[in-house]
Amino acid sequence: MSKINFLKPDKSNLYTFLYLGSFLFFISVLDVFLNSFFSLNFIGFLPNFLSFFFPLIVGFIGLYFIRIELSGIKQLDLLNKHINTNNFNAVLSLLIIFIILKSIPPILSWFFVDASFAGDSKDVCTGTGACWTYIKVWMRRFMYGMYPNGEQWRINLSFIALALLGSVGYFATDRFKKYLTLYYVVIYPFIAFLFIFFFISGGPVFFDFSYGIIAAILSIIIGFFIPSKFKFYYFLIVPFALYVLLKYFIFYEELIELGKLDGLNWVETGAWGGLSLTFIISFFCLIFCFPIGMAFALGRRSGFPLIRYISIGFIEFWRGVPLITVLFMSAVMFPMFLPADFFIDKLVRCIIAISLFEAAYVAEVIRGGLQALPRGQYEAAKSLGMGYWRMHIFVILPQALKLVIPGIANTFLALVKDTPLIFVVGLLEIVGMLNLAKTNPEWLGFAMEGYVFAAIIFWIICYAMSKYSYNLEQKYKTDR
Amino acid sequence: MTVIAVVLVFGFFTYNAQVNMENRGIDFGYGFLSQESSFDVQFSLIEYDGSHSYFRAYLVGLLNTILVSVIGIIIATILGVIVGIARLSPNYLINKFAAFYVEFFRNIPLLLQIFFWYFAALRALPLPQDAEAMFGISFLTIKGLFVPAFIWQNFNIFFYSIIAAIIAIIVIRNRAKRVQETQGKQTPVLLISIGLILILPLLSFLIGGVRLSFEVPVLKQLATTSFIYEGGVSLPPELIALALSLSLYTATFIAECVRAGIQGVGKGQKEAAASIGLTQNQVLKLVVMPQALRIIIPPTTNQYLNLTKNSSLAAAIAYPDLVLVFAGTALMQTGKAIEIVSITMFTYLSLSISISLFMNWYNNKIAITEK
Repeated sequence: MSKINFLKPDKSNLYTFLYLGSFLFFISVLDVFLNSFFSLNFIGFLPNFLSFFFPLIVGFIGLYFIRIELSGIKQLDLLNKHINTNNFNAVLSLLIIFIILKSIPPILSWFFVDASFAGDSKDVCTGTGACWTYIKVWMRRFMYGMYPNGEQWRINLSFIALALLGSVGYFATDRFKKYLTLYYVVIYPFIAFLFIFFFISGGPVFFDFSYGIIAAILSIIIGFFIPSKFKFYYFLIVPFALYVLLKYFIFYEELIELGKLDGLNWVETGAWGGLSLTFIISFFCLIFCFPIGMAFALGRRSGFPLIRYISIGFIEFWRGVPLITVLFMSAVMFPMFLPADFFIDKLVRCIIAISLFEAAYVAEVIRGGLQALPRGQYEAAKSLGMGYWRMHIFVILPQALKLVIPGIANTFLALVKDTPLIFVVGLLEIVGMLNLAKTNPEWLGFAMEGYVFAAIIFWIICYAMSKYSYNLEQKYKTDR
Repeated sequence: MTVIAVVLVFGFFTYNAQVNMENRGIDFGYGFLSQESSFDVQFSLIEYDGSHSYFRAYLVGLLNTILVSVIGIIIATILGVIVGIARLSPNYLINKFAAFYVEFFRNIPLLLQIFFWYFAALRALPLPQDAEAMFGISFLTIKGLFVPAFIWQNFNIFFYSIIAAIIAIIVIRNRAKRVQETQGKQTPVLLISIGLILILPLLSFLIGGVRLSFEVPVLKQLATTSFIYEGGVSLPPELIALALSLSLYTATFIAECVRAGIQGVGKGQKEAAASIGLTQNQVLKLVVMPQALRIIIPPTTNQYLNLTKNSSLAAAIAYPDLVLVFAGTALMQTGKAIEIVSITMFTYLSLSISISLFMNWYNNKIAITEK
């Protein structure tokens, strides 16, 4: 006869243990659940101290009972393996379950149940929950800053146009695929620059931009009918000729001055703001910091001592100082070093400062990739008779960049997260606008809603970026 | 070519700077550092008021920066290591909880977090008169955290006893290492160390005449509706918000470093260690950790540097750090943009270079010496 065993589970009393343990575990979870969702306390008869720890103790005993090795029940084994490997883990699991149960009701009620969504004044926000009306009323300011309401379609149009132009890569046929790099590296940033700095800011400079666009479109349309033999010369001459023609012979500007046509109003960069400014700054800094960083990464490995030391100095300097002092420098110190009548726009100064700052980080990341390549790659490229530039462009950089995709993505993420710092020079992107709205006497006391709103937006952007970089990394992963 | 270009660019900038300063009537020089500053700083570690010099104001800012960085580094390290290990836990719930923490705090700009804690979360704290005491002695209010101050008698004896304990521990460790290498005997170094660091200071209390008493903060009425705590140590809410957000943010990065480091130790290493009969703890202490630390330390150093540099965001919530006091107030008063911005940048530069030099030295010390 086998010994009768009450304390250790075996085949004969497995179900006793299982039911008892599950019951206790269930009781403890139920207690916390009822307590937090319906503020019912069915163990209230116990002393205060005991009723506080009751669920933890009971749940722990329950988990101890159902911790049966190789029970043969699939779900139970999974449960034990994942949250119930030993006493310590059991306690931690219970604590986390309780914390989650406890924190769901207040969060839900703040976000949805007690929150006010309707209306457009402060009076509707009387509940204990969040006041999303505040966000609704201020939405335009959070998105576009001080940009005039009637002109905001310009920002929308630019972003939509840039997004469409950016998605060209997905639709390109194989014939055009080889030009894609050229398109994304040179043409696309140029178009984006024109759009943002001329279309969004408007004013007289805008006309140059529109002439350019008209000239380009006209010449491309006519270009289809030109025999390919002359195409090169055609594209060399005709667009510029058209541009000059438009600018100096069709007096479009004068028509507007005479009031016969509506032009775009000039919006100074100080009025830009909100989330759109975050996008603009991140976009340009991303575009600029990459080539600069690459140049300094190569410079740091250069054979010429002078170039190498300049690169080292540049990189270490920018990596050693905080971005906020860099922006301070661009705001108060940099103008001192320029000729007195020479003025650079605040936004441009900001973009230059952030680009240089992030370029140093990009340079270090790329240098890591360059160093990780085996020397054989360099030697093989040289033995094929490649020069410095051909070797780097066709052999070294494609491999090195592939290796450092995660690092570059991290730097870009840091860049996006650093954009709120431009409040130092007085530009207000979304966080700055929040701080401004918070001090509005009519809307005092809604700081929490604003920050939660901005946090959600930034979180979505950054999380999407990091997931995208992960996909990119998996896509270009090659076995070596 | 390059030399000429560099010289030309620098010459151009210097010439412009000279012209500009002449036009604005500013003269270049660091003499202003010894002038009277005549502005006040609300929180300083050393004695300071408006009658002190600009250099003293610079020191105040620098010390405040160092204070918040050190607090942030300590909390971030503890939290980061815990979360990093939790990320590797076989427990599904703990694992996901840690992952959620990392993904959540890492993807929100630090400045936004600072604003959130300072303007939203800490503003919800009670007023001084309504605050409930924590453990009966500390008060967390909207005006900051008030904790008891230590009042020491014969503090230097206590201090020497701690130093003596540390020296003794180092000597014993070295001895134990030698004994183990020559005779293969193991000494319980950890137990002896803990004993030493507890017993020696305790002895100084018993026979050295060291006395310790506490000064508990007491509520004091300033006006009919305005209260403040007096006595004890008060930590301003700016410091709390800054230290909290810096450490919560940086801890996520440190956690990832720790996770990568522990995962970077090959499985074969652990199996080999187990197969020669080491216990679980010995495997962790003698095989896994020394190798993991080599992977963890360089990126963690970078994170410490980042934290120190990010502490300059203090300017956004008016914590009187180097940037706010010196590059903010002092610059406004003197107008010496070039000097002040260059001093500030140089300070941060030397801070980061000194930290990275120290960490390089440490890194070299523990690096594998390959043949």
